[in-house]
Amino acid sequence: MFPPGLFTLQFMQNAWIAGTAIAIIGGIVGFFVVLRGATFVAHAVPRASFAGAAGAAVVGQSSVLGLGTFAVLSALGIASISRERRHGVATALILAAALGLGDLFLTIGHVYAPAVFALLFGQIVGISTHDVRAVLIVSVITVVLFAAAFRPLLLQSVSPHVAEAHGFWTRGLEILFLLLVSGAAAAMVPVVGALLAFSLMVGPAAAGSILGKSPLQALAWSVAFGVLSLWLSVWLAYLTFWPIGFYVSGFCLLFYFAARLIKR
Amino acid sequence: MTWYQYIWAPGIWGNPAVHTAWTAGTLVALASGTVGVFVVMRGQSFTGHALGDVGSTGAAGAFLAGVGALWGFLAAGAVTGGSIEWLGRRVRERDIATGVVMAFMLGLSALFLYLVSIYTNASNAPMAILFGSLFTVSPSLQPALLGLSIAALAILALIYRPLLFSTATPEVAQSRGIPVRLVGLAFMLALVVAAEEAALAVGAILSTALLIGPAATAARMARRPGMAVLLAAGLAVGNIWLGILLAYDSYWWPPIHTGWPVSFFVTVVSLGMYAAGGLIQRVRTTVREGGR
Amino acid sequence: MKIEQTVQTTPQAALEITDLGVAYESTWVLDHIDLTVKQGEFIGIIGPNGAGKSTLLKTLAGLIRPSRGEIRFPAARGRRHPVGYVPQRFDLDPDLPLRARDLVGLGLDGHRWGFAWPNAQRGRKIEQALAQVDLTGFADHPAGKLSGGQLQRVLIAQALVSDPELLLLDEPLSSLDLASAQTVVDVVHRVSQNLGVTVLLVTHDMNPLLPVMDRLIYVVNGQAVIGTVDQVVQKDVLDKLYGYDVEVLRLHGRILVVGDETASGDAAGFEHR
Repeated sequence: MFPPGLFTLQFMQNAWIAGTAIAIIGGIVGFFVVLRGATFVAHAVPRASFAGAAGAAVVGQSSVLGLGTFAVLSALGIASISRERRHGVATALILAAALGLGDLFLTIGHVYAPAVFALLFGQIVGISTHDVRAVLIVSVITVVLFAAAFRPLLLQSVSPHVAEAHGFWTRGLEILFLLLVSGAAAAMVPVVGALLAFSLMVGPAAAGSILGKSPLQALAWSVAFGVLSLWLSVWLAYLTFWPIGFYVSGFCLLFYFAARLIKR
Repeated sequence: MTWYQYIWAPGIWGNPAVHTAWTAGTLVALASGTVGVFVVMRGQSFTGHALGDVGSTGAAGAFLAGVGALWGFLAAGAVTGGSIEWLGRRVRERDIATGVVMAFMLGLSALFLYLVSIYTNASNAPMAILFGSLFTVSPSLQPALLGLSIAALAILALIYRPLLFSTATPEVAQSRGIPVRLVGLAFMLALVVAAEEAALAVGAILSTALLIGPAATAARMARRPGMAVLLAAGLAVGNIWLGILLAYDSYWWPPIHTGWPVSFFVTVVSLGMYAAGGLIQRVRTTVREGGR
Repeated sequence: MKIEQTVQTTPQAALEITDLGVAYESTWVLDHIDLTVKQGEFIGIIGPNGAGKSTLLKTLAGLIRPSRGEIRFPAARGRRHPVGYVPQRFDLDPDLPLRARDLVGLGLDGHRWGFAWPNAQRGRKIEQALAQVDLTGFADHPAGKLSGGQLQRVLIAQALVSDPELLLLDEPLSSLDLASAQTVVDVVHRVSQNLGVTVLLVTHDMNPLLPVMDRLIYVVNGQAVIGTVDQVVQKDVLDKLYGYDVEVLRLHGRILVVGDETASGDAAGFEHR
């Protein structure tokens, strides 16, 4: 059940700390993702940031830096085209091109295959102490921004017109939300991978919003589900050495459908 | 080494891998382009995208079972397409449910690919499935691709009018006795074939580029539906050909003798043509309005 | 329930509804509807929001299965789809590669397999249908860039081109400016006169129809009454239908129905603009 080294090995301690941090911000940011029905954004931003991580690997920079840069760029890109007609088509094409660019970086940089795999699907053994520090910094900033803007964001998500009538700067709130998503994405990708960060931002929050009777309750459930999924995943990934992203996406699915069943 | 070798590298006609890439790529592009027009008109880009993604799970599973990746792609696509068509009606809830299930399918794909890399010697299989590699498509797949593309085009040709009717004015189509859901299901079948062929050719997570890039460009530029379909097929074939040509040329680009991935070029050309199409359209409208 | 077309009933009837009921889950949205519409009549379907007007029309169009009762089209003599349906206003993507001509063409042969090969006769029929709705010259106009009123008329042409016995229109006047709404009413009226098509038109404001409609179906809370304006829009008739006191006001040739609970403007004839 609890093999030696689960809590004592350096990289496992890193995994526990970074994992808990991203589970918390995943639950928090996910709460707004679900409330605003912005699942496609949560899907697109971590994926597009993959190119940044790949580029960082080529030039030997920290992957969190590359991830952050591309996450913010893609979020701003999405914001700028979101008012155009057929922005779904444009987003999908930009997303594909970003992933293609990542492919290019990895090919010409001769990046070692397991490293690519870790970027896409997550890997707990690969989290360095340096990464942990970066993840923690990004997480703290995200939580602070979130706490500061909680009420305006909530109001704007639920009834945008009322928020506008109150004189809120709606466009600014929209961008702030996208920045929160990109911060969460940059922190999550090194741990759970670019392709699966999405599940941590949607699954627990969707389950939480089904069970919670008030916004704060939904938020609490969301964070609890996220942390629980992540702890179970870290433990199982250490036991089996299978990719952690597999477990995270599996538990997110499980909690979501369990919540739907309970509610019925 | 002369300058034109950078854009028209020597030996492109004699290379057997390029030859297979041309034929396989053309077959795939014909199906993707034509089906894509209806994907764009029906607003099903997300479905097309999801089908490519989950295809990787099937392909990785097929790899583990020792079956050809194409069949894995198709099986996963058929299961997913079928469930999307028959499941949920509340749009918002459906988005979330689809997303969570899709994420889990990708998680499963992660597991399968991990097992592939552990238990087989195919260390680059994950990359080939996710990002595609048209130059490594086996020539023996050509008859299967030919058959599948013909099947997709045949379905589309058969249901062309009812499909267009239920896409443009679904309620009117239904009142005229068209089985709208059945037509939707038949179209889903063609979409699964096209999306999974594209996933095989340009990679599971990049296939959207070929499926909707040329189609969205054509839908934007053409005025009549038939013309949009033909234009999309032509643009998709052009997209793949340009991708192959540039990838072949890139062998001489820095870092020399590495070669840039075909799929990268396909995604970039696809995005580029969509942007150019938008620009042309804007210029055309300005000129027309300025002339009045 | 059955939808039948029989020949033995009175030849003048275009539509016969007997004991029609439509239920969603366990609520009856329409209940005990009995009425007959004569061939060539122009009928307005009037009533407050949520009364069941659109449900009635959609049931006639075959989009909703009745839970009980019968709908017959005696004049159609067994034709499979004797109705032409014009849906409630919806927005087409302006970039859609579809011309007005293509939309009308779908009404002609959209139910057939395969492609439509262009031929002169087909083109002529399409242009004729567009001419009937005063849109000559708009055949090659992109469908997504038509104005609301123009799109509404193209959809009427799409319905007419299939040569229907009945033309069913769902709220064709809503969200149109007064001039466009008047054009749509005129076009529909002329078509019903020239082609002898029976028209059923759903609207929450009966006033634009007053000069042209023969009778009206007044729908409130799933119940319906048919008759001429003078027969139906009467205090005693409407009091019974609404279940509470309403006032019928006639001002400068316009009719307003005002009730305690519908004073917000939901009542038929209550002006929104």
